[in-house]
Amino acid sequence: MRNPLSKKVVTIQPSGIRKFFDIVSEMEDVISLGVGEPDFDTPWHIRDEGIYTLEKGRTFYTSNAGLKELRVEIANYLKRRCKIEYDPLHEILVTVGGSEGIDVALRAMLDPGDEVLIPEPCYVSYLPCVVLADGVPVTIELKEKNQFRLTKEELLEAITDKTKILVLPFPNNPTGGVMRRADLEAIAEVCIEKDIFVLSDEIYSELTYGEEHVSIASIPGMRERTLTINGFSKSYAMTGWRLGYICGPQEIVKQMTKIHQFAIMCAPTNSQYAAVEALRHGDEDIAMMREAYNQRRRYLMHAFQEMGLPCFEPFGAFYVFPCIKQFGMTSDEFATRLLEEEHVAVVPGNAFGECGEGFLRISYAYSLDNLRVAMERLGRFVGKLRKADPAG
Amino acid sequence: MREQILTFLEKNSKIDLKELAILLGSSEEIIANEVAQMEKEQVICGYHTLIDWEKTSSEKVTALIEVRVTPQRGQGFDSIAERIYNYPEVQSVYLISGGYDLLVILEGKSLRDVSSFVSDKLSTLDTVLSTATHFILKKYKDYGTILGKKSKDERMLVTL
Repeated sequence: MRNPLSKKVVTIQPSGIRKFFDIVSEMEDVISLGVGEPDFDTPWHIRDEGIYTLEKGRTFYTSNAGLKELRVEIANYLKRRCKIEYDPLHEILVTVGGSEGIDVALRAMLDPGDEVLIPEPCYVSYLPCVVLADGVPVTIELKEKNQFRLTKEELLEAITDKTKILVLPFPNNPTGGVMRRADLEAIAEVCIEKDIFVLSDEIYSELTYGEEHVSIASIPGMRERTLTINGFSKSYAMTGWRLGYICGPQEIVKQMTKIHQFAIMCAPTNSQYAAVEALRHGDEDIAMMREAYNQRRRYLMHAFQEMGLPCFEPFGAFYVFPCIKQFGMTSDEFATRLLEEEHVAVVPGNAFGECGEGFLRISYAYSLDNLRVAMERLGRFVGKLRKADPAG
Repeated sequence: MREQILTFLEKNSKIDLKELAILLGSSEEIIANEVAQMEKEQVICGYHTLIDWEKTSSEKVTALIEVRVTPQRGQGFDSIAERIYNYPEVQSVYLISGGYDLLVILEGKSLRDVSSFVSDKLSTLDTVLSTATHFILKKYKDYGTILGKKSKDERMLVTL
């Protein structure tokens, strides 16, 4: 029989996190801090709208780009919160989660051999999506000393004459790092000068705990070379509804819509109606959840300080990224032993790129009660390691 | 800051003030002072426990009583409200807009307890014009908490 598989697809490695969590599901009494989705239920008024929509029999397709009223609300929202104006009819595409946005953007923009810059550590999808779109992923190693921000120098060093797109994943999963306005202005300058497009994944834009999030598309000269990805999963705790959007210049949105049309048809209708309700009446829900995340973030930072675990202070998303290099073991070893000995599951930092080695991703999308127990166990584990090797 | 402290205490009055200080990015001393001050000002009037009595063996009956009264010259509803709320079996008394004036929440050991309170004590007050008593059959949610429902983390382990 012929080989049924494409050469391209078999070169792609499955995410390393999976195998780790297969062990978790076998154990009892495990506290997992591994999940990257909100622990809140979708606010009731949004769920209620979803139910109502089903009752009304709105079970048809929507137009390919998404319900017009939803796109209008998205445009209003982006103007209100991110200071960018998009034409709802031609510059917004409603997608199946933010993740579809990543895929269609890369497929719409890349020719074979085009290079895409990906700052790491980062969400695991960018790299394989670039490969699937025949692009060449080029990673940029972000540094803890820069609070995992992308600097102008790092960007310049990675650019070649084949560079076409820079992926900008901030607020960042897994580090929790954010880019401030000044940081983005420096990046924007380079992108304009070198004629590079930006794919800005802002899915965590509502979850910042200091200065408000800045969209790079709002910086002068960037709107025409930026695609902004956002969605409902993190801000409104709507992960399972699978709904996001991507916005940008009409020329690109038109081509992305074509791919979306043939591959997906349209995003789920039910979710789109619920999302209209979310955008119209959901600001308070976001504020409530943000405050809860912020409290947990402070709690974890304090706990790390008490147990002497260095961690730069993250101001975004719902992750902390403590450094475990002092214990002289790999992230994988640390995470495995922590799981086996103390029944706490965290994600090894290297799952998000090699430069994540020596770090752990800890999600605080968990109740305080959970975090309390987990930190007690982690503290005990760290104490045990120090006792066994006082020099370490 | 006050509002944040109160929001927390309203949900969990048992919270350790040291931990609350961490969560709110403040110091234990500041929080403790603020709480003490609010107790003094009677912003914080007490620390109660939310109990689902149905899960215990003790018998309790709760009734909502709508009361129509004649307001008194110079005192409005205050003095009649006081006469009612001084009974220890009365849990709450609210002045209400709409079809009646006072809403009285009463807790008794039995139906008879409640009915004798209404007929002997409440209705006999001069200013009380009429009462309507509603017995609570089941409490689904009280003070913002859904009773008897334990939530379970059903999130699955996805790639990320």
